[in-house]
Amino acid sequence: MFKKMWAFLVLIGAASVSAHLQDLSFDRQKVFRVIPQNDEQVEILNFLARIMEVDFWQPDSVTLVRPKMQVDFRVEAEKSFDVEDLLKESGMEYQVLIDNLQAAMDAQFDSKVRTTSHSYEKYNNWDTIAAWTADIAAQNPDLVSRSVIGETYEGRSMYLLKIGKSGQDKKAIFIDCGFHAREWISPAFCQWFVKEVSKLNDEKLFLLFSKQAVETYGKDTVMTNLLDKLDFYVLPVVNIDGYIYTWTNDRMWRKTRSKNAGSICYGTDPNRNFNAGWCTLGASKSPCASTYCGSAPESEKETKALADFIREHLSTIKAYLTIHSYSQLLLFPYSYTYDLPSNYQELNSIASAASKQLASLYNTKYTYGPGAETIYPAAGGSDDWAYNQGIKYSFTFELRDTGRYGFLLPESQIKPTCEETLLAVKYIANYVLEHLY
Amino acid sequence: DIDDVGHKYYLELELEDVLDKDRTVSCTAEVLYQLGSKTSAPDVQVTVQGELRSTEEADQEFYNRIRSLEKELVAENIPDSHGNVPPELEPIHLLAWVASGYVIWQNSSENTKFHLAQVKHVKQVKRSDEDLQFDYVVLLHDMVSQEVLPWQVTLLWHPQRGARVSQCHGPGGT
Repeated sequence: MFKKMWAFLVLIGAASVSAHLQDLSFDRQKVFRVIPQNDEQVEILNFLARIMEVDFWQPDSVTLVRPKMQVDFRVEAEKSFDVEDLLKESGMEYQVLIDNLQAAMDAQFDSKVRTTSHSYEKYNNWDTIAAWTADIAAQNPDLVSRSVIGETYEGRSMYLLKIGKSGQDKKAIFIDCGFHAREWISPAFCQWFVKEVSKLNDEKLFLLFSKQAVETYGKDTVMTNLLDKLDFYVLPVVNIDGYIYTWTNDRMWRKTRSKNAGSICYGTDPNRNFNAGWCTLGASKSPCASTYCGSAPESEKETKALADFIREHLSTIKAYLTIHSYSQLLLFPYSYTYDLPSNYQELNSIASAASKQLASLYNTKYTYGPGAETIYPAAGGSDDWAYNQGIKYSFTFELRDTGRYGFLLPESQIKPTCEETLLAVKYIANYVLEHLY
Repeated sequence: DIDDVGHKYYLELELEDVLDKDRTVSCTAEVLYQLGSKTSAPDVQVTVQGELRSTEEADQEFYNRIRSLEKELVAENIPDSHGNVPPELEPIHLLAWVASGYVIWQNSSENTKFHLAQVKHVKQVKRSDEDLQFDYVVLLHDMVSQEVLPWQVTLLWHPQRGARVSQCHGPGGT
């Protein structure tokens, strides 16, 4: 047995000089299913894993393999013949589960061709985003689930994604995007966040991103641990009607699209519509104004749906992040008053550290501080409201840039913006995990 | 604070060349906001310490290109909804920044903050003299009120003489 193994080793050694598992293509890669009967056969699998890159689909790692267990693993195209020879030689029960992984994937993706396909590096319209929420949940059933938290003024379903491995008594972080219709980079970030979080947990289901996945799997233990202990609620677009309006009518629209009684002007500013010092400062009582606070707090179906959800899950939501653009700011309460929150020092140091993390990637400079003095006083914001509900860690992000492109941030900046912001969000999530209350 | 006059600010600035990120130039400025004056623009004095990069060649090229157009240039939505600017319109975009800068200056106080959000429309107007003329409709984003409002600005430009605003018109008036 061992003589054969040594010869095998030499063979593999020669081949692996040129090949490495970071090819983007899965052409002719095979997935094997084996059932090792005894310790000796388990040892053969250990040997394989030592001498070449073996991607274990089940169990997650070779160290978990036991006799009589069904084991699935993927190997590179060039190695698959040698692997098959070795399996035959060893007498181990095996079958080729997938003969050509690339072909199998192509078949899967072809069936999902849409007129506009989703891209994480482009701005996606609402229909595409809506379809994506269904897809991402279907692709990651153990990790991502989709629910509807309410309807917009124009009757559209507000989709919420819950991400996290199942567990008891898990706390959660709530992240929303797309409050203001024209801030397109915001929903783009929520989509990116969901992708990153799902990918890192279970990279085998995201083979399309294999280059990055293989590089990061196991290295990003931070994210993997986060998902074990925390759930993330992600609302990719709060103001769906407004977002659609920026695609079809007016790229600079900000508010919702609700009709205002007795006025020809439409819409309420959703981030002036919460019950936090409502309509006292930095908001307008005129329906035609961009910062119109609405006829009453939570007058908008969208804000009411969000607030209802948070109220219903108050015991589990430990942090609230709301994503906007532009200005490159990281804000925390309060905006409706110049008074400081009771844990101001703590929030300030979190913001400081998170901003540093963000800047570490591309040197993008963020300013941080309490809303009123850092940007401007403005009442009725969701961050202040969430904070007053008892969610101690409440932040507003204003993403890139500082005015050169403003709302019209080029698509080429989506990836870097999302990557750097993710660092800050991860930092905050980790901090929250270490300071649960 | 200057009694009976207004508020004066002394600034040290670093200018970054948008087209050449590694290039910076220092400058100092004095800005005087006059007391109680809602209608006059702040006084600004700027001193540039160092040299601004020469753009003579590119300027001349652009000038010649526009002058030789058979039909007057017309364009809209710069950048487009997705943040794109076609390369040949980049100089038009940059001139729009100049034009907006003037409008913003004329409408600034200590409590305002404006940015150019988008060039909604631009039309070249052929002239009998040597200047290029561009009639712009620019959208300015007012950070305080969050309004994005159109302003009409006419910009004259010449490679040696530089840029001048000859007219500007705000939403519903001046």
